[in-house]
Amino acid sequence: MKLPFLPNHDEPSFFDFLTAHHPALTPTGRSGFLQAQASAEPTRGAGSMNVPQATTVLAIKSQQGVVIAGDRRATEGFQIAERRIEKVFKIDEYSAMAIAGAAGPCIEMAKLFQVELEHYEKIEGVQLSCEGKANKLGQMVKANLPMVFQGLVVMPLYVGYDLMRAEGRIFKYDLAGGRYEESDYHAIGSGGKDARNTMREHFLKGMAEPDALKLALLALYNAADDDVGTGGPDLVRGIYPTAKIVNASGIIDVSEQQIRGIYDGLIATRRSKET
Amino acid sequence: MPMPYYVSPEQMMQDKAEYAKKGIAKGRSIIAIEFVNGILLVAENPSASLYKISEIYDSIAFAGAGKYSEFENLRKAGIRHADLKGFMYSREDVTARSLANGYSQSLGTIFSQEQKPLEVEILVVQVGHNGHANEMYRISFDGSIIDERTFAVIGGKSEAIQALLKEKVLTQSPELRNALALCITALEQIGNQKLSLESLEVAVLDRTRDGRRFRRLSPADTKQLLSG
Repeated sequence: MKLPFLPNHDEPSFFDFLTAHHPALTPTGRSGFLQAQASAEPTRGAGSMNVPQATTVLAIKSQQGVVIAGDRRATEGFQIAERRIEKVFKIDEYSAMAIAGAAGPCIEMAKLFQVELEHYEKIEGVQLSCEGKANKLGQMVKANLPMVFQGLVVMPLYVGYDLMRAEGRIFKYDLAGGRYEESDYHAIGSGGKDARNTMREHFLKGMAEPDALKLALLALYNAADDDVGTGGPDLVRGIYPTAKIVNASGIIDVSEQQIRGIYDGLIATRRSKET
Repeated sequence: MPMPYYVSPEQMMQDKAEYAKKGIAKGRSIIAIEFVNGILLVAENPSASLYKISEIYDSIAFAGAGKYSEFENLRKAGIRHADLKGFMYSREDVTARSLANGYSQSLGTIFSQEQKPLEVEILVVQVGHNGHANEMYRISFDGSIIDERTFAVIGGKSEAIQALLKEKVLTQSPELRNALALCITALEQIGNQKLSLESLEVAVLDRTRDGRRFRRLSPADTKQLLSG
């Protein structure tokens, strides 16, 4: 049936709908413009474009579900572009995504993915499975590949609560859209390695939720200690990393007050060791 | 070359309208009615999985009567329209008015240009919040659009139910429970049969909720609501 004044399409995917009917609105819609720019300046290699870059985000499994957290800094070369950027996004009632890479396209992908899942749920009348959501995100990362060659890398870390299996799950991706499941914890971004080191030392299977949250914040703190791209807690401005908890009852924003409390404790302990 | 028979445009439109009306009257009715905290939608629907009422966007819902395959297509197109608009601009820029206009244009064009008109009647309702009023649009098979107040009825014996509701509806918005009871009474009285809660599809647009305000009420929920 052709509907003259309403968009016509057959599949339940919003991303495919945009790609087919409004390509300019997809993340890769910019590639034409960028190719023109790249050919005008052939010496500018990949990754040299000056756009804000977002860094260290991580996720840890707990007994009840999964904790996902990220710092608040975006850098542009050696400058700080943004001190309050949000890198952890609620995607739907049972999943969240954190991002590392070029800030603009990252946020755009998170927004598109939110619409994608809501769209599917409304059209089909049921939610996608946890696995289905993770695979769809992989396809979106894969579709972003042309942008990677232009230096606009988007790296998601996806966590969800799988209602069928009754457990939290963590998915990481590679630039080509490869999807890998992590069994315990993972961190990505410039300070990802530092954060992973901390988590490796302190992670326990079946950690309680508050302990997992504490470890997540500690890992971010240590990453900020060693990595210039990662922001630690900013006590002067009152800016703290953000975290979300996903479990059987849905997704919860960890309040800034709670995070501040945990950091106050961490900082006090560290100070007592130094003096 | 065989000459096509001449049919006057008036005759053709009349025939199409009659055909569509017949199809829509065959189905069962759907009622949308305002209550204190939003809009209640009640449909007589023996199937528990093939929905007649659906969420379109944060505060917008859709209901379709007539041929399932046809209003299902319209529903999906509406969701695409709304999601596209919300993605392109912002969530608050998605309005029932623009959606109802789209439907009206589409149905009107199909009615005048296609061989077979769509045998559907649809409702697009939006719950108002932050002091804004509710909006209810009833759109017919020929694209005509009616801005309804307080309540709207589509499909089946819609006119009889409308007349009945007009007598019973109070000037003040009822509580959810009373609104639901009123809808069930109206459907039972016109249909001349007792309805089980399992044969009803019930949903609300609740302005007290944040974000997505559409919520389905299961038979267990409605039972609890009516008895509580």
